[in-house]
Formats: sequence, C-alpha cells, structure tokens
Amino acid sequence: MSEVKYSKEHEWIKLEGDVATIGITKHATEMLGDIVFAELPEKGSSVEKDGTAGVVESTKAASDVYTPVSGEVVDTNQAIVDDPSRINQDPEDSAWFFKLKIKDSSEMDTLMNKDDYDKFAKETSA
Amino acid sequence: METKKTSLYQLHQDCNAKFVEFAGYQMPIQYSEGIVEEHKFTRNHSGIFDVSHMGQLFIYGGEDLIKDLEKIFPLDLKNLKLNHSKYSFLMDKDAGIHDDLIITKTKEGFLIILNAACKDNDFKILKEFLKDKYKMVLDENRSLIAIQGPKSSEILNDVINGVKDLNFMSGNWFTFENQKVYITRSGYTGEDGFEISIVNDFVDQLTRELINKGSKLIGLGARDTLRLEAGLCLYGHDLDKDKTPVEANLKWAISKERISKGDFIGSDIIIKQLNDGVSKIRVGIKPEGRIIAREKTKIFNQSDVHIGEITSGTFGPSVNGPVAMGYVENEFSKKNTKVFLEVRGKKHPASICSLPFYKKSYVKGVN
Repeated sequence: MSEVKYSKEHEWIKLEGDVATIGITKHATEMLGDIVFAELPEKGSSVEKDGTAGVVESTKAASDVYTPVSGEVVDTNQAIVDDPSRINQDPEDSAWFFKLKIKDSSEMDTLMNKDDYDKFAKETSA
Repeated sequence: METKKTSLYQLHQDCNAKFVEFAGYQMPIQYSEGIVEEHKFTRNHSGIFDVSHMGQLFIYGGEDLIKDLEKIFPLDLKNLKLNHSKYSFLMDKDAGIHDDLIITKTKEGFLIILNAACKDNDFKILKEFLKDKYKMVLDENRSLIAIQGPKSSEILNDVINGVKDLNFMSGNWFTFENQKVYITRSGYTGEDGFEISIVNDFVDQLTRELINKGSKLIGLGARDTLRLEAGLCLYGHDLDKDKTPVEANLKWAISKERISKGDFIGSDIIIKQLNDGVSKIRVGIKPEGRIIAREKTKIFNQSDVHIGEITSGTFGPSVNGPVAMGYVENEFSKKNTKVFLEVRGKKHPASICSLPFYKKSYVKGVN
C-alpha cells in the first residue's frame, strides 16, 4: 500500500516502490487562487530535499514549488503546463507535478501524515 | 495607523471576501469565485467594484476656479462642457506625475477622483496652490462604487432611472432613496460602465439592489487584470514621479490648446518632450508562451542589452495569456519589436505590441 505524506511547504507525496509522485495540496491551491502558470523541473535532473523544483503562478503572484524528498526527476506532468487551471480542479490526483526516483526513503519519515497536515494547514492559515 | 474600512465592509464579508490592506484600507482582493471568474463575469455580464478608498475631492467655484485649475492641469477646462469628465494628471514642475485622476465639471465647481494612496498628498499640493480661495472637500462621507460590464447599463437603469442616457465620460446628479447621487459613465476596466458617488449610509442598500438585479461584487485582483488588459495605467506602478505623461504615452490626454500657451505646472518639460521626443516610453508587451513577466522584470533587446523594465504584468483571463506593460528605450518601442524578458534567471522571448490587449466597448453616444 502506498501512503500519502505532506510537507510544511504544502506538497503531497505518494511513494510507490522507489518512485514518488509529488504535487501541491488542495489547501495550497486555495491559498494561491487561480493558477495560471506552472513550471516543472527537467526530466533527468536531480533535486534535493527542500530545494526548488518548480514554480506556480496565480493571477496575483509567483510561488516556488519545493520537493519534500531528494531524487532524480523521471517524469513530469505536461498536462498542467498546458492547462494550469487543472491544478485548481484536481490538485491531489491528476494534476500531479513530477515523479522522482527517490534517493533515501528515510526522508519520508520527516513528513506529516494526513491528520497532522490538516491540523498544520488549519493552524497556519488561521 | 489603524486600517480603515469602507461602508461596504459588512457586505464584502457577507460575500466571503478575502481582504488585503491597500493604501491604508481593508479592501477585498477577491470573493469566493476567484479572480479569473470575477474578471470574466465583468467582461460578460456586470461587476460592482468598491472604490470608496479613492478620494472624492469637491472644489467649489466658478470662472476664477477654472482659470486657477488650468494653471495646474493640462486641460482646456474653460471649454469643457458641464458634467463632462477628463482624464488628467497632477504633475510636479518637471512633469513627474504625482497622481492620475478624473476631473468632472459640475454646476458647483469640479469633482476630482484621486487614487487612494495619493489623495492626502494631492489635497496638500492643491491646497498650497489654491490657498483658501475656494472651498475644498475631500469627502469622507461619500462612498464610490463602479459598475462595469455590458449588462451594467440595464441593471443600474433599473435601480436609478435615466442613467442609460449618459454619454461616455459625462455625468449628472440622480436620486436614490431621496439621496443625491453623482453618476458618471466611466470606469477603468475597458468595459462600458458607471461610477456612482453616494453617501456612506446608502451605499450598502444600493449595492445590494444591484446584486439582486444580477450584478456581482468584484475584487481588486480582477480590477487589476481588467485594467491591464484594457491597457490602463496603475499609479505607483506604471506611473510615478519619475515618469512624465509623454513618457507614459498619454499625450492624448494633454489638451492641444493648452500646449500652445504652455502655462501649467510641468508645461516646459511637456512641450520640450513633445518637440524633441523622449528617451523611454511606455509600451504593451506580449510574452510568447505562458510565462508571466511581473513588475520589475528586466527587458533586453536582441543583442542582450538592457533596454527597460516591466511596470505591470499578469495573466489576462480574457486574452487567455500573459500580458504586460513597461518602459523601453524609444528606439525599441515599435510594434512587433522582439525583446527578451528575464524571469527567474532565464530570458524569454516577447514582442512589443499595441494597447489595449482587449478591445474596449465603451458607449460613445446615446443609445
């Protein structure tokens, strides 16, 4: 079974084998508003835990997207680049951002589970 | 300093507004539907904007006042018809822009609508110039709302009969619940619409009636995307004290009659720039692809030389793509000139384009 975990930067991550799928949370999209631009990391590039791995822009502002774990980018979701409004519509499923071949599965342990994240999101937006 | 609230604050809350502080006021940036939907609703139907934070300066006077204001503004106020409005600027002696504004000739004198962040300073400057010769009221007892978009005329006319007969850039006094309201056919979205000055105690009721007729409240977020698509300047971004109206490509707003005499604040520089040209000028900029170039983005020419800067940039929902404006060196200001915009360390192609990005549909004559 794959478990979904969450970061303080409002990314979700789902690990299947050694490949993790990463996107931004529904709560993040609600804070950002209408997303009109997305930039993803390059396939084949390496990203480091907590480093920048993309950008989303709403009509108001640009925000960095961070990666909650380290690894090599093995796939990116071109559909959200072509139509960024998909991110608002389905952020935690079809509008994933990128997939990583992860370097160190213990990095997953530093992340929050759903209940903790929901609490965290509620507190930080209050 | 404590932030101020407009008289529509409760209504904004009732409509689930997200608030931001803007020029010392708690203002709605958006409501639950979001900026893109609000933007499109204004273009297709009708949107109401609370712009009560803007200054409503009433100056009372007659012939002398016209003469004195002509020493300040580059306008032919003598020949301006009663209840007609003009877009103009308050400049310093170097023609740097203190504020951009709309001035309307009324029976009692003039009504000047000023930007929220500038209004107190504008008042001070005008007071120094006019001394105590005229009664000047920066009216805090009146609210200002704009209703914009193709259905607005019909909706507002249902509530306040007769407004649909107003011509673009003209106004008049009307009544609502026995209150005098001053309505002009104007706005800042590139759509047909009206601005309504009404006493604070009645603005909530009027706005709710307009919502009941099918209009919706629209936040400052969509106001910004709407005005940028319409190619209109935002003070503090596209206009400031380091830019003149000629550099801002707004010479259409300077009266030709007044240029020949040239006896207004900043006229020496304006005349010189009109004769000799300017080194930088405001242009529209269309990025290729989807990249958004925001304020302060550097502009380069094809030889990688820095030639200017973006002053406003966002995603235009009606254009369905990024839109921007900025200042470039004059020789690169021709339409279709290729330029590059530096966003997050990378240079992205764009081209100089004519404004507006979105075609206006103002009503010119009586329908």
